[in-house]
Amino acid sequence: MARMKFICDAERCIECNGCVTACKNEHDVPWGVNRRRVVTLNDGIVGAERSISVACMHCSDAPCKAVCPVNCFYTTDDGVVLHDKDLCIGCGYCFYACPFGAPQFPQAGAFGLRGKMDKCTFCAGGPEKDNTKGEIEKYGRNRLAEGKLPACAEMCSTKALLAGDGDVLSDIYRERVMRRGRGGDLWGHATAYGVKAATSQQPAPTQQKS
Amino acid sequence: MLVRKSHDTDGARFDAPKSALRRLGSAIGGATLDRRAFLKRSGLGVGAGAFASSLPLGFVGTAQAAKSEGGGKEEVKRTVCTHCSVGCAIDAIVENGVWTRQEPVFDSPINLGAHCAKGAAIREHGHGEHRLKYPMKLVNGKYVRVSWEQAMNEVGDKLLAIRNDKAAGPDSVFWVGSSKHNNEQAYLLRKFVSMFGSNNCDHQARICHSTTVAGVANTWGYGAMTNSYNDMQNSKCALYIGSNAAEAHPVSMLHMLHAKETGCKMIVVDPRYTRTAAKADEYVRIRSGTDIPFLFGMLHHIFKNGWEDKKYINDRVYGMDKIKEEVMTKWTPAAVEEACGVKEDQMYKVAKMFAESKPSTIVWCMGQTQHTIGNAMVRASCILQLALGNIGVSGGGANIFRGHDNVQGATDVGPNPDSLPGYYGINTGAWKHWAAVWGTDYEWLKGRFQSQTMMEKPGTTVSRWIDAVMDDPNTIDQETNVKAIVFWGHAPNSQTRGVEMKKAMEKVDLMVIIDPYPTAAAAMPDRKEGVYLLPACTQFETSGSATASNRSIQWRERVISPLFESQTDHAIMYAFAKKFGFAEQLTKGYKFVKPDGDRKWEEPEVESILREINRGTFTIGYSGQSPERLKLHMKHMHTFDPKTLKANGGPCNGEYFGLPWPCYGTPEMKHPGSPNLYDTSKHVMDGGGNFRANFGVEREGVSLLAEDGSHSKGADLTTGYPELDHVLLKKLGWWDELTEEEKKKAEGKNWKTDLSGGMIRVFMKNHGCHPFGNAKARAIVWNFPDGIPQHREPLYGTNADLMKKYPTHADKGGAFWRVKTLYKSVQDKNLADGVATKFPLILTSGRLVEYEGGGEETRSNPWLAELQQENFVEINEKDANDRGIRNNEYVWVKSPTGAQIKVKAMVTPRVGPGTTFIPFHFSGWWQGKDILEKYPDGAAPIVRAEAVNTATTYGYDSVTMMQETKTTICEIVRA
Repeated sequence: MARMKFICDAERCIECNGCVTACKNEHDVPWGVNRRRVVTLNDGIVGAERSISVACMHCSDAPCKAVCPVNCFYTTDDGVVLHDKDLCIGCGYCFYACPFGAPQFPQAGAFGLRGKMDKCTFCAGGPEKDNTKGEIEKYGRNRLAEGKLPACAEMCSTKALLAGDGDVLSDIYRERVMRRGRGGDLWGHATAYGVKAATSQQPAPTQQKS
Repeated sequence: MLVRKSHDTDGARFDAPKSALRRLGSAIGGATLDRRAFLKRSGLGVGAGAFASSLPLGFVGTAQAAKSEGGGKEEVKRTVCTHCSVGCAIDAIVENGVWTRQEPVFDSPINLGAHCAKGAAIREHGHGEHRLKYPMKLVNGKYVRVSWEQAMNEVGDKLLAIRNDKAAGPDSVFWVGSSKHNNEQAYLLRKFVSMFGSNNCDHQARICHSTTVAGVANTWGYGAMTNSYNDMQNSKCALYIGSNAAEAHPVSMLHMLHAKETGCKMIVVDPRYTRTAAKADEYVRIRSGTDIPFLFGMLHHIFKNGWEDKKYINDRVYGMDKIKEEVMTKWTPAAVEEACGVKEDQMYKVAKMFAESKPSTIVWCMGQTQHTIGNAMVRASCILQLALGNIGVSGGGANIFRGHDNVQGATDVGPNPDSLPGYYGINTGAWKHWAAVWGTDYEWLKGRFQSQTMMEKPGTTVSRWIDAVMDDPNTIDQETNVKAIVFWGHAPNSQTRGVEMKKAMEKVDLMVIIDPYPTAAAAMPDRKEGVYLLPACTQFETSGSATASNRSIQWRERVISPLFESQTDHAIMYAFAKKFGFAEQLTKGYKFVKPDGDRKWEEPEVESILREINRGTFTIGYSGQSPERLKLHMKHMHTFDPKTLKANGGPCNGEYFGLPWPCYGTPEMKHPGSPNLYDTSKHVMDGGGNFRANFGVEREGVSLLAEDGSHSKGADLTTGYPELDHVLLKKLGWWDELTEEEKKKAEGKNWKTDLSGGMIRVFMKNHGCHPFGNAKARAIVWNFPDGIPQHREPLYGTNADLMKKYPTHADKGGAFWRVKTLYKSVQDKNLADGVATKFPLILTSGRLVEYEGGGEETRSNPWLAELQQENFVEINEKDANDRGIRNNEYVWVKSPTGAQIKVKAMVTPRVGPGTTFIPFHFSGWWQGKDILEKYPDGAAPIVRAEAVNTATTYGYDSVTMMQETKTTICEIVRA
C-alpha cells in the first residue's frame, strides 16, 4: 500500500511557480485560494537563498485532524489527508494547528460555500464518488483515481517537487544526495542530524515575493 | 463515523499504477540508473507517464473519456507552449470542442513533462476572457465594435491610399510582425510585405537577439544557439552571463540542474543576484554593461596561464593572436577591476574553473544583447569559447537562449527589414531566388516597390520606427516619414523611449493592431480616431511549426476553433492581399482550406506554406523539414533520447528531434538535422559540420580556410575549402553525379540557389563535405565598427570618468537603417550636463517568470496575474535608506527623459548599491495613472501597472539597432 508524500528538493526549486498554476489550472482554484505556494527564504542573500514549494504535507499524524471539532478529516489508505466539506464548519481551528499554513478559507465560490475550508487534496478529491460533478465542484479533479499523480509535481519545471509513494521518493532523493555528496538544506535537516545546515549562519529569513 | 474512502477497494483501477510504480522504483534505485527514466519521471512514483510512454496517445485519451461523467467526445491534441523558446510540449484535452484539461507530455525529450508557471497555466488560452473579441475602431476616443467587413474595408482603403500617394508610397507603412507567429505565418508576412512593395517590416528579434545573430553569424557562420538545452547535460562547466534562465527559461534548468548533480560547475555573472544565481557554484556581480572587461579579463588569465587550446586556435580560428595582444595589454586585472568591479582573485578563480572543466558552455541572453555595444559583447563571448576550443563540441557551445517561442523561426524566415527568408539578404540575386520560389515574375515584384534602390535598401527597425515617424523627413533615407503603423503581434511597451513613442503613435495617420489582445498599443496614445483593433487567434487556434531555441522545429496541432470573432493571422494576411490585389501572387501554388463550422474564412493551407519554405530555404537548411517529417517526430517523441536528442530505432531512427536546422537538402535526402553546430566529430549526414566559409578565402595574405585535417568526419575533402557552387563541383569532377534534371537546374547556381537540391546531395551524401565550405571562425570581424570587441560605456551612465575613458561611437548619418543615430553627441551632452549627478542610480530591466514580453497576454491570465499584481523596483537597502524609502512603499522612478513612473519599492540585497532593477512586462499605467478607461470594455488585462520603458532612454547598437535597455540611469524618490 502506498504512503503518498510530497518532497521539495530545495537544491532544484527555482521558484518558477509552475506547481502553483498547475494546481490552479487542474482544479480551477479561484483567485485568492492558494492550495500550493512557493516561498523563498534569504531572498537575495548570496549563497543562502533557497526556494521551496509548500502545500498540505498529508501528515501521518495530522494535527488538523486531531483538532477538528466536527471530525471532518480522514486519511485514505494511500495516506492522503482529505476532508469533508459538507461537515466542515469553517471554524479555522485546523488553520491554527497546521504547521504549514495549508488550510485556505475562500470567501465564496464553488470551492466551498462561504466559510468552508479548502486545501490540497493530493489530487485525490473528497468523499464523493471519484470524478463526479459533485467531487470536482467541491474538491477539484481526482487524478489519483485516474492513475496519475498530483499535477503540481507532474509539471514541476525542474523535478524539484516530487510526489508519490514515500519509498520511491526516498530512493530518488537519496540518489540525488549521493550524487551531490552532501545532504539537502531542507528544513529540519540540522535538527535531525545535529549539524548546522549551510543556511543556518545566515541572517534571519525574510519572505519576499519577487 | 465517516466512510473512509480507499482507492484500493476499486481494484483494477489502482493496481496498474502500483505495479508501474514498482517497475519504476527498481529502475531508479538500481545500480545502472536509466537516465531517461530518471529524468523523465524524476520522482514521479506512479501514474500517467508510465502509461503514456507505452500506450499510443489516443488510448490515454479514451481511457480518460470513459471515466468522465459528461460522456462528451474527448480528444487529445498535442501542442507546444507559446511562452518561451524552450518548446515544452503539452497535451490538450478537448471535450466537445472545449479545452478542459492539460496533461504533461513526459515523452517530450525537451521538457519531459515539465512546465513553469506559464506553461502550467496554458489552458487559460481556451477561456480567453480578456481577449479582444471582435474588430473595433476608435471613434471619438472610445473603442466601438465594427464588423470584419467594415474594418477590412476601412483599414485596407487607408493603407492603399498611403501606398498610392506619390508623396508617401509603400515605405510609409511600417509592419511590425511577430515572433509569436508560427514559421508559416512569419514567412507569409515577409512575402506579404514584399508584395506590398516595402522592406519596412521587423519583429521582436530586433530587440531580442539581433546583436547575437549579427555578431555570431559573422564570427562563425550561423547566428543561432550552437548546441541545445539538452546538450548542457554534457557540460562540465556552464557560464551564465546576462541570462536569468530560472525566470526566463525555467525548464532549461531541468537539464542544467541535472548536469550539476553529475559534476557540472555553474557560474553566474550578473549585476543582480537572480534566481539563477541562487543555484550557482560561483556568483560574480558585475557592473551593468561591462561584459567585455569581464570576458576579456577571463581571457587574460587564460592566455597568461596557457589554458587556451592552441591546436584548435591554429586549425580553426582566425585572428586570435591579435585578440591575445589586446587582452594582455589592455585588460590587466587592474583595468578589469576598475571597469567591471571584479577583483583579481575571483577573476582568476572563474577563469580557471571555466578553462579546466571542459567541455564548458556559455549562456547569454538579453543581458548581453541589449546594449549599444551588444554586437561586440556577444563576440567577446564567442572569442572566449573559441580560445578554449569549446565550439563544435558536445557539452560546449554558445548556448544562446532565444526569447519568444518562435523568435528563432521568425528570425530565420520571417519579416526582417534587411533580408528575405533564410538570410538571403535583399540584393538582386536574393529577390530573383525568391521570385523563382514564389513563382512570381521578378519584374512585377520590382514594380511593386518605389524603385529598385528602395527594394534593395534595408528598411527601418522596430526599435526605430518612432524616429521614422518623428524625424525631419530630410534626414530619413526614404521618400518621407512613416505614416501608418501595423502592430501584428507585438507589444510596444517592450521597446524603450515610451514618452517619445506615445507622441509617434499620436502623429501617425493610422494605427492597426492585429492581435489576440488589445495590447498596450491600443491604450497608450491619446487619440480620438484612426486606430483599428483586429482580433487574431493564438497558436492554439491554428496549426503550424515553431522553431525552439535549439533550432528544433515542432508542429502544433490545432487545439480549439478560433475563439470569438478572431481569425488566424494567415487568414487575415490573405484577406488583406485580396483587398490589395495581390492575393493570387501571394498564394500561388498553395492549397486552401475552405470555411467550415470552425473556420470562418477561407485560408491558405499551413502545410503548403511550409512546403514552399522547404523549397527555397537552403542557406540554413529549412529545406528538409517537411510537414510529414515534423508530424512524425511529434507522434514518436518517446523514441528520442533526452540527452542526445537522437532517435534510436523507430520510424525516426537516427534523426534528431525536430530536425534542428540546418537540415540540409530536400526532405527525400533525409538529413537528420544538426544537434550541435560545427561539430567535426560527426559526419555531415549525421549532423556534423565545421565553420562556414562566408568571408572570403584570404585576408591580408592570411588564409581564412580551415587547416588541413580539420574537417568533418569522413569528408572527402580533408583541407579547408570554399562554399559549394557549380564551378567547384565541376572542378572536383563530381558534376556528373547529378541527374540530368538536376544539372539543368544547378547550372550557374550555388548550393543556396540550386532549387533542385542536387548539388547539396552530391556534396554531402556522396562525399561527406559541407556545402557552406570549411573555414576558420573569425575572432576579428573586420567589417564591424569594432573588429576587435571594444568596451564602450553606455550613453547614459553613472561613472563620468569611465565614460571619458571608454567613450561611445561617433554619431551615424541617415544611411544606417534609414534613420540617423546618435552616440557621441548624446554621451558628451550627458557628461557636460552632469546628468549622472541628478540620476545617480543605474537602472536595468528584465523578466519575471510569470509573465512574457509586454505581458498583455499573461497579465490577462488570472492564474498568472494573481502571482504578480504590481510592478516594483528592486533597490538596495543602502540606496533606499539614503532616500528615506521603505519596503513596499510607492516610489517615483525618475528618468533623464523627464518621465517618471510610479512603482512599489522592493528593498533587497538582490541588487548591489547603485543598481536598480524593474521588470519590463507591465503596462496599463501611464506616469502614475491607471489608464483602464482607454482599453476596449472587457479587454483590459487583469493586472495593470507602470511600464519600465516609459522611463528608458535613447541608445542603439552600432550594427543592428538593438535598443539599450540594460544600462540606463534614474533617480528614485518617495511617492
